Amino acid sequence: MNAPVHTQLALRHSYFEASARSRVAQLLDAGSFREFLPPEVSQPSPHLAVLGIPGAFDDGVIVGSGQLGGKPVLLIAQEGQFMGGAVGEIHGAKIVGLLRRAIVERPAAVVFMVDSGGVRLHEANAGLIAISEIMRAVLDTRAAGVPVIALVGGSCGAFGGMGIVSRLCSAIVMSEEGRLALSGPEVIETVAGVEEFDSKDRALVWRVTGGKHRYLTGDCAELVEDDAASFRQSTIDLLAGLTEPAPGSSALRTEQKRLTQRRERFAGMRDGLEVWAAMGMARPAEVSLMDRDSLVAAKKGLPA
Amino acid sequence: MENLEFRFTAHPARPAAGAALCGVVGSGNMEILIRPGDEADACTVSIKTSARGFGKIWEAVIADFASRHPVGGTRIAINDMGATPAVVTLRLAQALGDYTGGAQ
Amino acid sequence: MNAPNPIRAWDSRRQGRQRRLERAASLGFERRIATPRIKELLEAVIEPRDRVCLEGNNQKQADFLSEALADCNPERLHDLHMVQSVLALASHVDLFERGIASKLDFSFSGPQGGRLARLVQDRQIEIGAIHTYLELFGRYFVDLTPNVCLIAAQAVDAAGNLYTGPNTEDTPAIVEATAFKGGIVIAQVNELVDKLPRVDVPADWVDFYVVAPRPNYIEPLFTRDPAQITDVQVLMAMMALKGIYAEYGVKRLNHGIGFDTAAIELLLPTYATELGLKGKICTHWALNPHPTLIPAIESGCVESIHSFGSEVGMENYIAARSDIFFTGADGSMRSNRAFSQTAGLYACDMFIGSTLQIDLAGNSSTATLGRITGFGGAPNMGSDPHGRRHASPAWLKAGREAGGPDAIRGRKLVVQMVETFREHMAPVFVEELDAWKLKESMGMDLPPIMIYGDDVTHIVTEEGIANLLLCRTPEEREQAIRGVAGFTPVGMARDRKMVEQLRQRGIIRRAEDLGIDPRRANRDLLAARSVKDLVRWSGGLYAPPTRFRNW
Repeated sequence: MNAPVHTQLALRHSYFEASARSRVAQLLDAGSFREFLPPEVSQPSPHLAVLGIPGAFDDGVIVGSGQLGGKPVLLIAQEGQFMGGAVGEIHGAKIVGLLRRAIVERPAAVVFMVDSGGVRLHEANAGLIAISEIMRAVLDTRAAGVPVIALVGGSCGAFGGMGIVSRLCSAIVMSEEGRLALSGPEVIETVAGVEEFDSKDRALVWRVTGGKHRYLTGDCAELVEDDAASFRQSTIDLLAGLTEPAPGSSALRTEQKRLTQRRERFAGMRDGLEVWAAMGMARPAEVSLMDRDSLVAAKKGLPA
Repeated sequence: MENLEFRFTAHPARPAAGAALCGVVGSGNMEILIRPGDEADACTVSIKTSARGFGKIWEAVIADFASRHPVGGTRIAINDMGATPAVVTLRLAQALGDYTGGAQ
Repeated sequence: MNAPNPIRAWDSRRQGRQRRLERAASLGFERRIATPRIKELLEAVIEPRDRVCLEGNNQKQADFLSEALADCNPERLHDLHMVQSVLALASHVDLFERGIASKLDFSFSGPQGGRLARLVQDRQIEIGAIHTYLELFGRYFVDLTPNVCLIAAQAVDAAGNLYTGPNTEDTPAIVEATAFKGGIVIAQVNELVDKLPRVDVPADWVDFYVVAPRPNYIEPLFTRDPAQITDVQVLMAMMALKGIYAEYGVKRLNHGIGFDTAAIELLLPTYATELGLKGKICTHWALNPHPTLIPAIESGCVESIHSFGSEVGMENYIAARSDIFFTGADGSMRSNRAFSQTAGLYACDMFIGSTLQIDLAGNSSTATLGRITGFGGAPNMGSDPHGRRHASPAWLKAGREAGGPDAIRGRKLVVQMVETFREHMAPVFVEELDAWKLKESMGMDLPPIMIYGDDVTHIVTEEGIANLLLCRTPEEREQAIRGVAGFTPVGMARDRKMVEQLRQRGIIRRAEDLGIDPRRANRDLLAARSVKDLVRWSGGLYAPPTRFRNW
């Protein structure tokens, strides 16, 4: 009885708590990663230095190339533990450069390991511009026929501008621990008050922004366990069937219509529990404690 | 922020990698980058730290490390966000282990 | 031969009790008090200068009764002498600010420590003494017996029997002292039910009960999120397990509540088991139900745990593991602070916990300037009981290390486990404890020292383990402490030669002396690295409070 639990838990490498570097090592085929602008040649942020804040050699993001399930990919990995993964000028430039390289090199996909609260406020306009350049570069890359897959499962989730960037990607793979939204819970509470949103009620935060909710509402393509191996396998599987459609307005119109209908359907609801009940989940209160496989099965059984 | 520079003499290290990076610049943590240096029997250390006024402690921690491990011929750079000496010592050991491929 | 004194009444406490009950009856009060009338009852049965025990520990709180008492009219109720384990709620301090109470005997004040210090300096409060839990409970039966006690229970039945549930905690000690010495027992309960799961306090010890408008507050004090355990704490835990637990074969023990000891708990199924220690250490505990002990329990490392109180979210897990925990016939836990403290003092071979400051004699304290906090049960857990007589291998080995092969008594292992610097680079090792300045500024009889240096047997830091049992002179002891004090000013002022000699003699041991590679000190060694892992280990039985969740 006990041994399997132990073995299972001991072998698990939590994606949520891993550093960006160990995520990269665990995601790609062993030994295949080649870093562009590695720490020894990269530059820490000059903006942070002016403010008297120590920078990171890689400015909180790793970019490079490697193999995933034998296919060539380019890869971006944000470090959530450095300044909340926030996007500064150099950080943004590395991401944009990588995406532009993808247009030229045409790998099987760009894998974007998002772990960020959004723009790095210390860098003000430089950070804001960086975010908008990333958005454009993601769309350009997709328009060039290279899929961009976002992985969201880090401790900072994907918020602010990086929440938008994630949704601009071809597909999102999320763990239950991952979070995806525009304004962060603390921001909502600060602006609208604790009655509107209690950011300390962590179970509520996850019911509204977490991976299970995003999976049930269709915002992410795949839900995986918080385990580097699960992220790897799911991304490999996704890669097998993913093609980037030619850009056009009809697909956008269809998506716009779907989202408008969704907004009307769940209007006024304040908690994932209400949304899940409205979707036809028999026992919404049990969703939070379901394991990944049970939830995927439960979603399949929902009325269309 | 404070910038600190130190130089210690030490037995030469035997690098297995061109450079090694360890740790993250997060709260109470630091990153350390070890690269080949210019002098075979000396180790230069440059530190950027968010906490001011702890130069003496940094010097003691790294001097102690350099006296116990072969770190000659290396250039060490540290970005620090308030790591305690315990964390610094542990990260130094981990980074040197990666740089020398486990042989100390 | 003296004739019996005709004036002396021998039943004044009983008469006092009768007088109070009659006053209540005359106002129409019966055993069940309507919630809105609680203040009226308190003003009827409590008299000025009464000794009042207000139940509350660092877990369960009689918060509704505390607020009601603080709301009473200070012209009717004043100069009360409060006797209580913990001063934790704002309403506890309100009692003194509003002039209802004037004297306090207690054990621990936690978050209200700053307000309490100001009241002392403004002379708005007289502190009788700051006790340990056992001392305070003891004095309830000697010279601090309550006239009235205000307690908290989970449920009551129509007859007035109480069910205290998993968080029984201090209730039995308080009720026993009050009900059997002419006092009055008033209980706040969360619910009135037809049939109780079990009876924890019989109805004829309870005079009044009131259904509180909201359930009594319980603090999840012993929940430590494994995600916050650092690599350095893993290293120290490895050293403690190999250098102390294994060395002495410690089977019966108590752990503090910090992350340092949580790391040890999470290494029991991994590192300790790898060292072949399963069944040889840590089998019997006096301990609150720490969620971080779940993996060790599930791995078969633990045989028995008796608890001071319960822990929020652990109820179903405990009920399903009745071989391990003490439970009632109804299945739920029965905790008891007085008994568990006694077990921790006399029946355990080791206490290991953390502190904020340690001086060169090994005295340690968590007291900081501007706050009066007390230490609860830690001084009893962390002391060598000279009254102990039964032997065990760990106790004998420690005794012989201290007193030589002919020692006539053993020693309890009292271990302090600290990183040499706390957050913001505050050194743990100091020349003089802040406790001395606090003594001066508060006019205390003694400096508030949590664990006396002469009780401490080992100090574990990231730099190594100092075994103080083997030191033969005060100088050796001082250098042994400096020798593990890292790069603190105290540590840097060590006599390097003497420290090296102590290391040769095994008094100081470094990670490498213990055969531990610091690079293995990695969170991957922890059996659980998140609260969710703990839930998984428990098979879904552990239900952590929402603030500890990220799902």
